[in-house]
Amino acid sequence: MAEGKILTLNMGPHHPATHGVLRLVLELDGEIIVKATPHVGQLHRGIEKIAENMNYQQVIPLTDRLDYTAASLNNLGYCLAVEKLLGIEVPKRAQYIRVIMGELARIMGHHLWIGSHALDIGAMTVVFYTFRDREMIMNITEEASGYRLTPSYLRIGGLAKDVTPDFVKFVRDFVKWFPTALDGYNTLLTDNIIWRKRTMGIGKVSAEDAVNYGFTGPTLRGSGVPYDIRKVKPYSSYDDFDFQIPVGENGDVYDRYLVRMEEFAQSLKIIDQAIENLPEGPVNVDNPWVANPNIGEVMEDISALIRRFKIQCEGPHAPEGEIYQSVEGSKGELGFYLVGDGSEHPYRMKIRSPCFILTSALPKMVVGQMIADVISIIGSIDIVLGEIDR
Amino acid sequence: METAVLYELLRMLISVVLVVAFVFINALIMGYLERKISAHIQRRPGLMEVGPHGILQLVIDGLKLIGKQLIVPKDADRTLFRAAPLLSFAPVVLPLIVIPFSPKLQVRDFDVGLIFILAISSLNVLAILMAGWGSNNKYSLFGAMRSVAQNISYEIPMLLSLLAVILMTNTFSMQGIVQAQGKIWFFLVQPVAFLIYIVASFAETNRAPFDLPEAESELTAGYHTEYSGMGFSLFMLAEYANMFVVCSIATVLFLGGWHGIPLPFGAYSGAIWFFIKAYGLMVFMIWVRWTYPRTRFDQLMNFCWKYMIPFALVNLLVTAVLVKL
Repeated sequence: MAEGKILTLNMGPHHPATHGVLRLVLELDGEIIVKATPHVGQLHRGIEKIAENMNYQQVIPLTDRLDYTAASLNNLGYCLAVEKLLGIEVPKRAQYIRVIMGELARIMGHHLWIGSHALDIGAMTVVFYTFRDREMIMNITEEASGYRLTPSYLRIGGLAKDVTPDFVKFVRDFVKWFPTALDGYNTLLTDNIIWRKRTMGIGKVSAEDAVNYGFTGPTLRGSGVPYDIRKVKPYSSYDDFDFQIPVGENGDVYDRYLVRMEEFAQSLKIIDQAIENLPEGPVNVDNPWVANPNIGEVMEDISALIRRFKIQCEGPHAPEGEIYQSVEGSKGELGFYLVGDGSEHPYRMKIRSPCFILTSALPKMVVGQMIADVISIIGSIDIVLGEIDR
Repeated sequence: METAVLYELLRMLISVVLVVAFVFINALIMGYLERKISAHIQRRPGLMEVGPHGILQLVIDGLKLIGKQLIVPKDADRTLFRAAPLLSFAPVVLPLIVIPFSPKLQVRDFDVGLIFILAISSLNVLAILMAGWGSNNKYSLFGAMRSVAQNISYEIPMLLSLLAVILMTNTFSMQGIVQAQGKIWFFLVQPVAFLIYIVASFAETNRAPFDLPEAESELTAGYHTEYSGMGFSLFMLAEYANMFVVCSIATVLFLGGWHGIPLPFGAYSGAIWFFIKAYGLMVFMIWVRWTYPRTRFDQLMNFCWKYMIPFALVNLLVTAVLVKL
């Protein structure tokens, strides 16, 4: 093709459909993409470096800001990593509540995904209905932690506090209501002929390519690989629950859409089981170097007071060693690699971001497609720039 | 003799003023309806602040837009950039001259009324092309390219579907077409033509699901990305007026124009029926826009050339044969 025929189009970082601040430089032949170059880093905050100068507890709010659409899952990944380094395990009740918060966060992340994905393809109304239901989860999160978007509810060795009876009621209400809402989303999109035409056969990734690129999460499962950390390496009592891993066949935008739609239902199933079988007991580990002593003890016992002071100021001291712990985030395998050096700071923290890896495959997925397809492909891999740039 | 000419001149002047005023009023009504209906579809209250239920919001918005600076981007073609909004506005005002709102309420009944409308409204494409080219912006250029391709292809099935009606009425006069529907409205006789016309008119007015020239998630705002103030509002006025024109054509050709059960308002009942029908169609267009996703450019063209045009042709052929029998 002659050089002069190619038009370079700069899409983003302030384009309405690039999900934050992704910048794509597209080389176009007419409306067909010849080459695409993603530029990331516009939202870089240096979270991994900042974490090196903070104690282990203080890093938790930073992890909220990774994938801010599903913040509790990031907390979960980080807390599990630190607990693995410390060699402790949290009580069963805390594990169940963590699962509930994590799955609610996953639904919240998927709500934002389907809303913005539909908005990108031109269905303007879906997002308002998903946000109605997202609001319910926000209220549940607020009831548990006091915060809505960035709860920081999980702590190393357990939770910030136990849940209230209202929390249980709200979760039950949500479990009862959500199938109706899900039907509504399906009515608006799944069988819509324009939606199918826009998504079927677009942005195909074969199972082999997906594995080679290092895809994880719904995008990998859309290509037909049944890989889910919750099943492969169960953490936080996930092996107690009965749930399926939905997989697609063709690896196109529509299959990824179907996989995520089914994940809504599966997450709901997990939440239902967890809330109905919520065990009694404490929510923090019985370890004096990790968990805060309760306030009554502090008032009476001078050693408890000192211990509380030490934990508040320094937090736990992790032993020397390095570990890797991953959880199934709402976008894929969210991994935390931690190196402890015996002090209260992590010596090094490295975050394995699923979105970063998905973005790296974007140039391959969009070549040969049209501009409108670029938008739907970006929507279907569901990237969050807060996690890519960290 | 002299007074007759003067009288005619005065009538023309008043008509033109009224028509232009109507375009503005139509934009106010449609802007309000669009925002309010979309709000209710999306379960939010919508306009609430200015006036009861926000009915004065659009007036305030209009004043704000008039007060804004018209920014011409660097390296833009200034002449084309400034001329484009005006050119897009003119062709949507002219068709209103021949639309029969009631048996009497019509500026001028041409013998070639329908052809006049179709000829004039095709000029809109030129304005969009000028805006897209003159803006010196790649997104605008893409919007303009899509718009030209789309409008030109969809004019064909639109014309073919209208021709089927013309074969039955033997007149291009808008008043004549309405009068021919005294007994039965043509959407019952010509359902295929009606369907094709409605779909084509969505594409013709750049409304969702065929709003590709201004697809905001792909092309930010398409051909009017660079426009501000009155430049932008003239495009919006033109869009709403264009919607009114295509819905009026549908009303005149398929829904019996001003025919309807006599209302207690006597002489005005024809005009009231006309506006009810036209605005009903426009509300339908709003409803569709806020419910369906957007099609892709090549799918839109495929749909036109592979389905709409063959169906319209067959429909025209069948009509011709049946009329001859």
